[in-house]
Amino acid sequence: MLSQESLQQIDREIAKYPSDRRQSAIISALRIAQQEKGWLSKELIEFIAGYIGIPPIAAWEVASFYNMFDLEPVGRHKITVCTNLPCALSGGIHAADYLKQKLGIGFNETTPDGMFTLKEGECMGACGDAPVLLHNNHRMCGFMTIEKIDQMLADLEKQ
Amino acid sequence: MSIRPLILAGLDGDRTWRLQDYVARGGYEALRKIIKEKISPDAVIAELKASALRGRGGAGFPTGLKWSFVPRAFPGDKFVVCNSDEGEPGTFKDRDILRYNPHAVIEGMIIGAYAMGATRGYNYIHGEIFEVYQRFEEALDEARAAKLLGQNILGGDFSFELFAHHGYGAYVCGEETALLESIEGKKGQPRFKPPFPASYGLYGKPTTVNNTETFASVPFIIKMGGEAFMNLGKPNNGGTKIFSISGHVRKPGNYEINLGTPFSELLEMAGGMRAGRKLKAVIPGGSSAPVVPADIMMDCTMDFDSIAKAGSMLGSGAVIVMDETTCMVRALERLARFYHEESCGQCTPCREGTGWLYRVLHRIELGIGRPDDLDLLRSVAGNISGRTICALGDAAAGPVQSFIKHFADEFEYHIENRQCLVPLAVQDAGSQIYVGQSC
Repeated sequence: MLSQESLQQIDREIAKYPSDRRQSAIISALRIAQQEKGWLSKELIEFIAGYIGIPPIAAWEVASFYNMFDLEPVGRHKITVCTNLPCALSGGIHAADYLKQKLGIGFNETTPDGMFTLKEGECMGACGDAPVLLHNNHRMCGFMTIEKIDQMLADLEKQ
Repeated sequence: MSIRPLILAGLDGDRTWRLQDYVARGGYEALRKIIKEKISPDAVIAELKASALRGRGGAGFPTGLKWSFVPRAFPGDKFVVCNSDEGEPGTFKDRDILRYNPHAVIEGMIIGAYAMGATRGYNYIHGEIFEVYQRFEEALDEARAAKLLGQNILGGDFSFELFAHHGYGAYVCGEETALLESIEGKKGQPRFKPPFPASYGLYGKPTTVNNTETFASVPFIIKMGGEAFMNLGKPNNGGTKIFSISGHVRKPGNYEINLGTPFSELLEMAGGMRAGRKLKAVIPGGSSAPVVPADIMMDCTMDFDSIAKAGSMLGSGAVIVMDETTCMVRALERLARFYHEESCGQCTPCREGTGWLYRVLHRIELGIGRPDDLDLLRSVAGNISGRTICALGDAAAGPVQSFIKHFADEFEYHIENRQCLVPLAVQDAGSQIYVGQSC
């Protein structure tokens, strides 16, 4: 269900914990699975639970608790914009509004071509770089002026 | 007072996070000294106590005292855990420490483990800063290769393993027992205390959890001596502290200053207010800290005791600056939504109360507030405070209570006139995309 490379990455995570504490690797394992498949289907979560050796419900509890996990399909590029207070004081809302207008979608929506999903995020711990957004959970983009947003979207469309 | 950073000193350039650069800055000298001179764990803890270092994550608990709680002689595993789950709105200092000076954290954790007899440690890193997690893993590899981690560190008889662990989007995991649950591979729901982590922590073993900046301060304390560190700050508030300044200033960013520095100086370092606008209010310690009006804040010095006297808390040192274009109803509504989103759902007062607070604030902001809404907000906030397992309930209630206390007229105006006291166009002009000078 997952590539050999992903499984090796999961094994490296499991090795960080005492041998009888494999469950500790569940967040990392779900993250690695999501990176490969784009989102976490029920089958994928069950597979990961089996691989780690924990009941499926224990994996499901984690997948549904942490909000960077996507339990439904998202576009190829998920963009999460922080609109929390510190970011909002420096244009976080304006950046989000611009993205909505430019992509023609609202929060929690995906463009019809399946390219972009827009999400509203809570604090990412980078308030000094406002406006801040995350691309596909892992790449943080700060100081996002209109020009930089345009550039970013153009670059992503080419990928 | 002279401003002399420790943790953020000498961090120009793009390789400052490498082991070689850290060593060139005097890194790992503290650890070498301890191992070579066989300084006893008790002497390390005594130095920490003399430094008056207080936890940099929010609670400000004296670090030396915390370390002395661990039953060192207790047989079996003991753990040290670093809390880098930085997600309190306004706080972004740990990200920069880990990005530019990760080895200071690693060295501090090794020294902590030595002092408390721990054999294994984890650094729990906020999921949203995944690139920083990857960099920290690289720094750990460097430290292992240099025999700074693993068996018989630096040829002595002390052994310690350290690993990175990441979250994936849950503010509550910054609470130390939720964080431990999360490392165990569970939902991040705080544990009832007691027992405290010092006796029953990770996997049920004695565990000490400290903040990133706290650990990063430790090598400097060992090198310069506890008393010298304390004298950088003031009694009971030792050392330097990194303040994350966000909001309506010209140069948002991290500034490491001596504790006890006047707020006015810090504001000046951050470039002062934008466009010559007037300061309205400051949240001095992250979004959970009570808001402080401008005139009171301008008389404060930046240390735990002074900010507490002003009715707020220094917290994690996250300073959110708001100018006269800010609508306090809207600002509070946004914070209330955050706490509602992030409540873990375990305790009824927080799970239900945070939603209630948000919905009432939202209707006031929309212009459909009711005359008794302020009393309702006070009542709901009062019923959350002190009635939850963790401090997140108080964190959600505190802003509501303080915003209404200091800016009651603005809330009343909003309810009566069904609009903001600050005209929308003014608010809009004040919160445009503003990219400060990076520092």
